[in-house]
Amino acid sequence: MTLRKPKSPPEYAIEIRGLSRSFGAFKAVDNLDLSVEAGGVFAFLGPNGAGKTTTIKMLTTLLAPSAGSLKLCGFDVAKDPRAARRCFGIVFQDPSVDDELTAAENMDLHGAMYGLAKALRRRRTEELLTLVELWDRRSDPVKRFSGGMKRRLEIARALMHEPRVLFLDEPTVGLDPQTRQHLWDYVGKLCKKSGTTVFLTTHYLEEAEKVAGRIAVIDHGRLVAQGTAAELRKATRTKSLEAAFIKLTGHGLRQEEAGGVDRLRQFRKMWRR
Amino acid sequence: MEVLFALWLRQIKRYLRSRARLVGSLGQPLLFLVALGFGFGPMYRRAGGGNFIQFLAPGVVAMGALFTAMFSGIEVIWDKQFGFLKETLVAPVPRITIMLGRNLGGATVATVQGLLVLGCTFLAGFRVGDWMTFPLALLFLFLIALLFTALGTALACRLEDMQGFQLIMNFLIMPVFFLSGALFPSEGLPAGMDIVMKLDPLSYGVDGLRGALGGPCVNGLPADLAVMVTLSALALWLGAWLFEGVQA
Repeated sequence: MTLRKPKSPPEYAIEIRGLSRSFGAFKAVDNLDLSVEAGGVFAFLGPNGAGKTTTIKMLTTLLAPSAGSLKLCGFDVAKDPRAARRCFGIVFQDPSVDDELTAAENMDLHGAMYGLAKALRRRRTEELLTLVELWDRRSDPVKRFSGGMKRRLEIARALMHEPRVLFLDEPTVGLDPQTRQHLWDYVGKLCKKSGTTVFLTTHYLEEAEKVAGRIAVIDHGRLVAQGTAAELRKATRTKSLEAAFIKLTGHGLRQEEAGGVDRLRQFRKMWRR
Repeated sequence: MEVLFALWLRQIKRYLRSRARLVGSLGQPLLFLVALGFGFGPMYRRAGGGNFIQFLAPGVVAMGALFTAMFSGIEVIWDKQFGFLKETLVAPVPRITIMLGRNLGGATVATVQGLLVLGCTFLAGFRVGDWMTFPLALLFLFLIALLFTALGTALACRLEDMQGFQLIMNFLIMPVFFLSGALFPSEGLPAGMDIVMKLDPLSYGVDGLRGALGGPCVNGLPADLAVMVTLSALALWLGAWLFEGVQA
């Protein structure tokens, strides 16, 4: 029998090694290891406060890890943040468009920050706003947009610089079924067309089951399980991903301390009354 | 460079589109101008000071710039809340460029606001004493705007929410304004007051602005200019340093 050399290792879009992050005594992410192959949709699931958003913040250079290393498209996030930033796009959990600017202006500003030339910015703006069906509304200030429209705009904006990795942090919260359907359509098209890797968090497990090729479940900042939806169901001897998820992470309710921004939001609500 | 311009332009657009803010922040300086200017005017004249509006107007112009600048800086907190800050923080742009773009935009807006107040003071009877030094007055106005935009940004980096803002308003902006000599002449003040005024950065801006508009200047224009340039540079450096450490 001849020893066959292992196939050249698959190119990883995301490599997480020994990642930890503590807030005081609380360990939000605890020695996490995870590799995400390039291409396709990867779902990152976990109950509230499991460490999903903290992990995404570290991956997207918004938060420094307490320990461990991160690579995005082969770039070390800590050593070369600008190269890492250039290769990903993100749609945050909360809206992050400028309400006072128009849809087209938001797109253009994003393109300028990513160093795209003016003509290219104009072309991509038209292409992408058409894709998310907002081209007719391009000159409207974003503050007049509904939640779903803002979401679509953010997705278009995140695609402006043709990222190789697209982070979607709970992209479908508060959206009606039609918009959700459309959103997954765009994302599907995108993956096929440009080979973009999508890293997704969501609480809608049927969605994850439908769109994600591979799934990782984390809880208490640690990786609990990883595999395809079918593998997870099989391993937990359950019939749906939702049942598998509950089996993996338990029935208990989770508490999540409100961060500064959440408190501010509550404060504003109070103020408006 | 293009990024700097894009972020600068964003501040300008935001300012032009919120008419309410534009008109609203004209109100307070004008109230001061009318109430104090006409209220204390006769007394000031009897004391031999001459036309009080002539003295007060530069102070009120500085006030317009100060308040708008501080708000522009503090806007970082709003951007934290509305999430736009994150959008800029994940972009492949050095933080210092983001910070400079914001500050130059904020300072431009505050300068324009100061000029609007200046326009209104003409209606109240203010006259520029020396048009030759008017460009210098513009420079002082811009330096006041830049200094306090940068300070506001620096503070906003350390503040998590708007609750701290009231504190800043009452314990920083108001004292900085009232103790700057914007409202009263600095000659013959009690010793303690004199020291406080020397420590107030706005004093030098107001003094320079007043001098460049043809009014009395206590420190001399070169000294005022040197202090304002130094302080603005320091504030920008502090803001850049704190902004570098912002984690969303």
